[in-house]
Amino acid sequence: MKHTWAMAIDLDRCTGCGACVVACNAENNIPTIGETEAGKNRLMHWIRVNRYWEGEFPEAQAVYLPMPCMQCERAPCELVCPVYATYHNEDGLNAMVYNRCIGTRYCANNCPYSVRVFNWYDYKWEKPLDEQLSPDLTVRSRGVMEKCTFCIQRIRRAKETAAEEGREIRDGDVVPACAQTCPPGALLFGDLADPHSEITRKLKDPRRFRLMEHLGTEPRVVYLKRQKGAGR
Amino acid sequence: MSAEAPRADDHHLARTDEAEMFERLSRSNLVTTWRWYLGVGVAGAVLLWGLIVFLYMAMVGMGVTGYNKPVFWGLYEASLVFWIGLSHSGTLISAILRLTHATWRAPVLRGAEAMTAFTLMVGGLIPIVHLGRNWRVYYALPYPSSRELWPNMRSPLMWDAMAITTYLLGSLTFLYVGMIPDLALLRDKSAGWRRKFYSALSLGFRGTHEQWRRYHVASTLFAILIIPIAVSVHSIVSWDFAMAKTPGWHSTIFAPYFVVGAIFSGIAGVVIVMAILRKAFRLESVLTPLHFDNLGKLLCTMTLLWGYFYFTEFLTVWYNRNPEEWEVFGSYGGHYLPLFLTMVICNFVIPFPMLCLKRVRRSISLILVPACSIVIGMYAERLLIVIPSLARRNDPFIWANYFPTWVEFSVMAGAAAMFVLLYMLFAKFFPIMAISDIKERLFHTTGRTIGGMTVESIAQVEGEGEAHA
Ligand code: SF4
Repeated sequence: MKHTWAMAIDLDRCTGCGACVVACNAENNIPTIGETEAGKNRLMHWIRVNRYWEGEFPEAQAVYLPMPCMQCERAPCELVCPVYATYHNEDGLNAMVYNRCIGTRYCANNCPYSVRVFNWYDYKWEKPLDEQLSPDLTVRSRGVMEKCTFCIQRIRRAKETAAEEGREIRDGDVVPACAQTCPPGALLFGDLADPHSEITRKLKDPRRFRLMEHLGTEPRVVYLKRQKGAGR
Repeated sequence: MSAEAPRADDHHLARTDEAEMFERLSRSNLVTTWRWYLGVGVAGAVLLWGLIVFLYMAMVGMGVTGYNKPVFWGLYEASLVFWIGLSHSGTLISAILRLTHATWRAPVLRGAEAMTAFTLMVGGLIPIVHLGRNWRVYYALPYPSSRELWPNMRSPLMWDAMAITTYLLGSLTFLYVGMIPDLALLRDKSAGWRRKFYSALSLGFRGTHEQWRRYHVASTLFAILIIPIAVSVHSIVSWDFAMAKTPGWHSTIFAPYFVVGAIFSGIAGVVIVMAILRKAFRLESVLTPLHFDNLGKLLCTMTLLWGYFYFTEFLTVWYNRNPEEWEVFGSYGGHYLPLFLTMVICNFVIPFPMLCLKRVRRSISLILVPACSIVIGMYAERLLIVIPSLARRNDPFIWANYFPTWVEFSVMAGAAAMFVLLYMLFAKFFPIMAISDIKERLFHTTGRTIGGMTVESIAQVEGEGEAHA
């Protein structure tokens, strides 16, 4: 069966706690780069929580916007890679072959959401942090580009389990680390190809919108608008 | 300095004393001064330092540069555009001047063509320097791999690599073919290993009528072919940017604008190189103020053209008021104001009024002022194209600024040193003046006295008349 993986992010529920970022770091072997490097704007998070301010000081309100890779249907990042290190996989996801990447960084320049991160150094996992590396995933070397893959290792695992049990993948079989961790449940992941999945239902919500749609990238991540009004 | 059209003794020299003329023109090959050794030493040392720093960067990681999250391209990429831009005038000027039979062209040709070849070599290496994994650069080559992986021909970077390679090969051929008669001349005048060296390179050119005819056909043909390549190369370099979805880059004017900028900085480069050659190899009698005057006029036109293109780019953005693009242009007045001012002042405010004056154009020391300022201004312009667009990307949350570190500066200094070194070595071993072209011109020129003035009059070469008609 062909899948159309998608993610819905309910901005009404997001509190900006950043749990998704931590979960993603743990799941995907993302290095912790330390204070100095972070100060140089080189954070390697595959999902970030943007914070914007609305209104002036006393009334100022923070607006949070979690931003993973949008898994664009027409991904501008794929087009410009000279060596096909980033490509569209069979599930319609924007995948990355780290071994193939030569680090031109053009994809990052062409991603309008700026969600791609670069390995500036070979990062080390000090003891005992090395014990928590996930064996399902490579540890990337320096000089390559990396990004959110909707936890492709979990998708693969779920497919394998389903195949072993001789059944189709069920809604809820795949949950990316960020969605699993989000305390208020703002992130929802699922298969749009399945007409009965929760995400298909959720995306009928009139609040839906996609980021920078005018650029024609057709992102797979759909946001649900924050509602204003009494009690919010 | 006051000499204008060719001087009387030049003609005399060409007709009677060929040996002296040869000696004058190939001073660079014959006399090696301590200054030359010093120059080569300094350039070599800087190049070595750049290489060491580059290796250090490759061993440790790109983290030692000033690059950061939204600004993934910076000084390296700007320098790439700058060097490829500098390459533009050499072959282009030379080809155009050959085709239009400009009478003053001969002494400018070789130096300009060599400049193209070497700036391209330097510029062509920068894409490799900027890679995150330089040692894997061969992934971008279409080599037969057992995994059947091919490069992505949809990527402008691939077009770029192909365009630069084509232009480099084309320019080298152009340079070499144009040099054959001079190499033959050097072969006849030299001894020892040099004789062997030049005999091999001159491909048995003996100067028969047939050989000359073929030589003329070949050089005209190459001149015709190289012009579209030169123009297309910089359009393609501009597509590295214009094909991206980045605000400020995604502009249809980029291709012609890059070409104009390239020719602009290139001519300035030629003026500087010519002035240095003139001084270093005592070519005062060959590279006359007339040449600088003509190059100055060309430069003046390009200043206006560049100014116009820049204005057009602004105008469309201003008229459109796309908020994303507007932010990028807004940063020209904010954080990037120094860069912007450098660009405008060095590219327009200083050179334009200066180049309008005949007195400036005819004085070698004065014309160096606008030429140098244009080179600086164009570097600033390249930086201004690359950096602010990335620093003010679509999402304001990740905006960040960029400043290069010592690593990038060292590597780029090494690149400049490489150019100087290559040029100096070339001038030592190859005829830096197009001797046969100069001779040809002198033979065909006579000074005619009309009233109280001596003017240059040119006898038409057989067969050239058709081209004029
Ligand atoms: S969000 Fe960026 S990295 Fe992800 S698919 Fe789109 S362009 Fe590529």
